[in-house]
Amino acid sequence: MKICITSQGNTLESLMDTRFGRAKYFLIYDTETKETIFLKNDPQGGGAGVSAGQLMVNNDVKAIITGNIGPNAFQILKSGNIQVLKGTYKTLKENIEQYHKLSMITETVKDHSGIRKAEV
Amino acid sequence: MKIAVLSGKGGTGKTTVALSLAQTINNAQYIDCDIEEPNGYLFLTPDIDKKLPVFVKIPRIDKDKCDLCGECARTCQFNAIAVLDSGVMVFDKLCHHCGACSIVCPQKAISKRDKKIGIIEMNKDRSFIQGKLDIGEPVGIPILKAMKTHYYRDLPVIIDCAPGAACAVVETLYNVDYCILVTEPNPFGLFDMKIAISLLKKLNKKFGIIINKAEKNKTIINEFCFFNGLEILMEIPFSERIAIDYSNGILPIANANELRTAFMNMYKTIENRVNYEANSVC
Repeated sequence: MKICITSQGNTLESLMDTRFGRAKYFLIYDTETKETIFLKNDPQGGGAGVSAGQLMVNNDVKAIITGNIGPNAFQILKSGNIQVLKGTYKTLKENIEQYHKLSMITETVKDHSGIRKAEV
Repeated sequence: MKIAVLSGKGGTGKTTVALSLAQTINNAQYIDCDIEEPNGYLFLTPDIDKKLPVFVKIPRIDKDKCDLCGECARTCQFNAIAVLDSGVMVFDKLCHHCGACSIVCPQKAISKRDKKIGIIEMNKDRSFIQGKLDIGEPVGIPILKAMKTHYYRDLPVIIDCAPGAACAVVETLYNVDYCILVTEPNPFGLFDMKIAISLLKKLNKKFGIIINKAEKNKTIINEFCFFNGLEILMEIPFSERIAIDYSNGILPIANANELRTAFMNMYKTIENRVNYEANSVC
């Protein structure tokens, strides 16, 4: 299964980025093969959350570990049945270890301002 | 002749100046382009005769025709569309109504639907027009564009801009002949005025400056204008009387003939600048 962790850099020693749509990098991590792929994220203008959400859907990600998530991205991830998990402000490595220990899986991230509603 | 009143910094006196000018010259049309918070009507109390809703075109997806190929989401420059296995999501508030999605859709599954974003209000002789953006709507440019079709052709048009120097101001300034920049003598006024000036230069507009709440001693604005060769059209003195009148909905020209004369003279100056002079400043 593929999961995504928002990251401030492109190594496993990098800190988790607490933003989702405007995170510097996305780490796509395969929980079975332990394969890691870093995707650079450089959104120009508006709709960063939507494009990041679409990227998750396109990459067949099943769970996201991040800090905060906006209403637009939240709606996409919800519709795409992608789990949103609250990470800790530590390195990606530590977040992955924590994920494997399932110690954080209980806490999910809530969208932080639910005023925007998309028409489906 | 179309004269726009802008400021950079908010609260410097755009409405005071625009209304005073419109009330001083004959047969002028006053346009309130501060569509997020129009306030000119508080002073003019016009009889609103016509209310015209403004619509934009938002994509509508035909679920039967759509095969979820994702071309619309890839094309959208504003990330207003997401395509999932379960369907297409359209984010109205991110949409800039360009219509690219419907052009690229291979299945012709995207049509357009109207969405109201605000209204234009005017009185019978159109001497007063204001635009109002609906609360929560992020893009007001279509309202400003629609308002332009109601401008007077041959009589003076005084346009009260939104504060700042962003899209709404740029759109308002496109077809004006002259710009009045209202500022106040403090570092904030100067800082924001510089931003507004760089916009006016980029748009190649003729402009002059009004210092509102001016003090007797020369100030940083006077200094800046002197060293940069910018024209100061008028200085409106810092006065408690004007502030009291303003909070009662009375314009400063109502109780001060010398100000009315000053506005009249300024209008004549502007006429000269527009009609007889090549770009006078910058």
